[in-house]
Amino acid sequence: MPAVGTNVIRKEGAEKLCGRAKFIDDLSFPDCLHGVTLRSTIPFGRIKKVSFDPSFPWDECTVATARDIPGKNAVQHIETDQPLLVGERVMHPMEPILLVAHPSRQKAYEALRHITVDYEEYDPVLTPEDSVALKAVLRAPDNLFKDVRIDKGDIAAGFAAADIVVEGEYRVPHQEQAYIEPNGMAAWLEPDGTLVAKGSMQCPYYVHKALMLLFNLPAEKVRVIQAVTGGAFGGKEDYPSVIGGHAALLAWKSRRPVKIIYDRPEDMASTSKRHPAVVRHRTGLTRDGRLLAQDIDVLFDGGAYSTMSPVVLSRGAIHASGAYACPNVRIRARAAATNSVPNGAYRGFGVPQTLFAAELHMDRIAEALRMDPAELRRRNLLREGSSTATGQVLRHSVGAADALDACLRRSRYAQKRKACAAWNKRSRNPTWRGTGLSFAYHGAGFTGGGEVFYASKAGLALDADGGVRVLAASTEMGQGEATVFAQIAADALGVPYGWVETETPDTSKVPNSGPTVASRTTMIVGRLVERAARQLKAELEEAAGKVPKSRPAWLKAVRRFLDGRPSREVICQYERPPGQQWDEKTYRGDAYGSFAYAAVVVDLEVDKLTYEVKVTRVTTAFELGRAIHPLFAEGQIIGGLTQGLGYALTENPVYKRGVMVNPHFTDYVIPTSMDAPPMDVVLLEKPYEHGAFGAKGIGELPNDTPAPAVAAALRQATGRWFTELPILPEKICKALHDDKL
Amino acid sequence: MRGDAFSMRVFRPASPAEAVRLFAQNPDALPLAGGTDLMVGWNSGRLNGRAVLDLSRLEEWRRIEVTDEGARIGALATHSEIESHPVLLKRLPLLAEACATVGAVQIRNRGTLGGNVANASPAGDSFPALAVYEAFVHTVSKEGRRSLPILEVFAGVKRTALRPGELIERIDVPFLPQPPARQFFRKVGSRLAQTISKAVGAGLLWLGRGGVVLGCRIAFGSVAPTVRRLRSVEECLHSGRLTPETIEKACAALSSDISPIDDVRSTRLYRMAVSRNLLRAFLTGRA
Repeated sequence: MPAVGTNVIRKEGAEKLCGRAKFIDDLSFPDCLHGVTLRSTIPFGRIKKVSFDPSFPWDECTVATARDIPGKNAVQHIETDQPLLVGERVMHPMEPILLVAHPSRQKAYEALRHITVDYEEYDPVLTPEDSVALKAVLRAPDNLFKDVRIDKGDIAAGFAAADIVVEGEYRVPHQEQAYIEPNGMAAWLEPDGTLVAKGSMQCPYYVHKALMLLFNLPAEKVRVIQAVTGGAFGGKEDYPSVIGGHAALLAWKSRRPVKIIYDRPEDMASTSKRHPAVVRHRTGLTRDGRLLAQDIDVLFDGGAYSTMSPVVLSRGAIHASGAYACPNVRIRARAAATNSVPNGAYRGFGVPQTLFAAELHMDRIAEALRMDPAELRRRNLLREGSSTATGQVLRHSVGAADALDACLRRSRYAQKRKACAAWNKRSRNPTWRGTGLSFAYHGAGFTGGGEVFYASKAGLALDADGGVRVLAASTEMGQGEATVFAQIAADALGVPYGWVETETPDTSKVPNSGPTVASRTTMIVGRLVERAARQLKAELEEAAGKVPKSRPAWLKAVRRFLDGRPSREVICQYERPPGQQWDEKTYRGDAYGSFAYAAVVVDLEVDKLTYEVKVTRVTTAFELGRAIHPLFAEGQIIGGLTQGLGYALTENPVYKRGVMVNPHFTDYVIPTSMDAPPMDVVLLEKPYEHGAFGAKGIGELPNDTPAPAVAAALRQATGRWFTELPILPEKICKALHDDKL
Repeated sequence: MRGDAFSMRVFRPASPAEAVRLFAQNPDALPLAGGTDLMVGWNSGRLNGRAVLDLSRLEEWRRIEVTDEGARIGALATHSEIESHPVLLKRLPLLAEACATVGAVQIRNRGTLGGNVANASPAGDSFPALAVYEAFVHTVSKEGRRSLPILEVFAGVKRTALRPGELIERIDVPFLPQPPARQFFRKVGSRLAQTISKAVGAGLLWLGRGGVVLGCRIAFGSVAPTVRRLRSVEECLHSGRLTPETIEKACAALSSDISPIDDVRSTRLYRMAVSRNLLRAFLTGRA
């Protein structure tokens, strides 16, 4: 029976359900020390002096500073501008200055209270607007981590031909990934001098590369192992290289295993978040709603170091025009340095920011044209043969119109808009109601030439005991990677799902299949697994005839095939699909192998007494190529939509002088299960020929859609436009009372 | 977790008498009832080196007794026990409802009414209900027993009028002599569970012939350093009829009873507007 397309049992499900799964803080290591971090308390300045209270027993502690780093004091992300520990210049609050390890975690924390840092403070740059105005130079020459320009057609001609021009400005804040398990990492030295790091992470080979640079070690002397990971959502893409470097440095200096586990406030205040952004749109259209010109300006707050900002910005910029075909497009996108905690990856990776603007702007255009928002979208939607802002011509698996129509039908959008309007006319009703629509697309895999550059490898091993192990560095972090890979391998090989396991990522055992990011795991890495399994099947059939169905016959065939070898590994490397082209200099060409498409309709009501917003229903249709595990796909969608609703309505990161001052779940309000509305998910399949079994990546797309739909629904409910997230009851109250209070 | 268990001294009295004696000897000890607030401080390491007076063995302080006059709620009765108590649900529904909105189930299973009062958060969810029922807080210390009207217990943000060595043993909530014509409780938080009030209100209203207000008790929390009875509002309403004019006058008087602030959770404007809306809805019978 094929496994692909069915809801097989999750590989690691029982371990997690029964509490047997060991997260990094559950593991104990002999003679382990606990590491803690002394962090800067100012946004910008210079360290004059660090003093240690002489009455504290420092001989019980290991203290590590920048001077103890044997290699380069730099964290390897895309660039190496971020130091592992402050040398002298402080670029943001919560910046790591030095590390302390002690056998007791509490004593280690206590030690921090006996260290005093004297600073010389400079005037900080706290907004991206101040940064691009060069209020101070944080990064020569222009304070920009990346400056993207996308030009298509003739923007001036487009505006000249337009009947109507609509402008708008949109703002979005930071967003915290809010994984359940905070960042944590352990490190130790093996007797042969190998440096090992184990912990919660998305990208073992990122940490591997970072440790090589920090410790000046060759690849084979560094080993990185993923521990069971309690959620990540992008928040464990770049930061494990920092905390992993810290744990390793303390282990290096103390010659003992060292574990660093953040508590919630430290994790939330000091690790990377979704970039805040300001997005401006100027759009020219014909009277009947055809897009003629889109002029878009995007400004991201990158924080103090580049981390993932260049690629987050790049993805945000490419998606900034929305899922529409417009002949003339100009996009300028910049990510600017500020003296705030660096921002980085969060599920959606720049797209939720720019799509909030693009989609809410479509609603404002529809209103200006007195046109139904769904009709405006339908007239401009990407279709087979359309070209995107980068000039990518979409030829296959373009399910945009299907997703829009399915969602409108399933949600009864048109009837609901009318019913809300009628409800809102009756003044004695206790609420105002609204229904809003948004549409999104999301390219899967690395942007542009990223996949070709990275040349990922993955495959599988057939062992003498008859076991099949999928070999990839892609991590299971709750999304279902271990299960989905086993499904793909089982079907491609022609064996039952139960015969296949997925190896735990460990750089000494698995090839570099790239980071677990960019909605690329199923589509790109899954495809490598599929190819390797088909190759193994061919080899097996050549040696032993048809792949047997019964276990005893299988074992016999495997023995004959291996012929005394302990196992056979087949590894495949990424190959660019024929015809795909990308020019990094001009931003022209095929930005992504494929896009997935989604429409969402949000129904909500606003309490007239308290301005509280209750989302009563979310209906969504996703065109995802092929659902390998439909239940997981639906779970990904529901989870992402819920995070998107939090982004829209409740998650309010309060920043003061470059740092979050509400770094805890009491006051940074993510939705609970009680707040998650009923969700109706429609899956549509238009297989993508280069994805595993036709699958396209959908990990991030759900996060792109809810916020603009919520704002559109609130427009209907309250008659106000809310162009800045989050739309808190306080904002609604103020908008409705502006003249009265 | 920055709390250091080895730096803590824990006292575990087996009887109220022993608790009082130990607290007198160690007045800096932190009484531990349900621990739901104490754990927040413990996690941050703020309580390292402190002594803790663990009250969990005091079974007699866990009881809820019902008399003809009212309920005697032991300080260690949990929010869950109160919200599901059949008599309290019937006779003190605003208190039961308030307790049902605290935290989430796990918090309510551990958190106690006495702990809630002693903690004296401006956002204490049970306080407006206790205030309109005119509850009395009974305390015990080496000096003897005291009974304080609920409003006199709170001295400020997270501060009470309890003296060193003084413990809450129970909270007496009298039943209402007459059933009210109208009553309301409403907690306004930031989500549907695990939320701290931005505004929380409770009200009781007695009406006589022709709609004359015979009595009125209204209280709000989270809109001042401590829970507030709306004395100016109540005065506006007393003995008059609930005409649109009186109601507007009462709503205007609200600003002299409460003093909300801007903070990380909400704004002054929002808290004022919502409190006024809730008050108006209650008085017009639309809450």
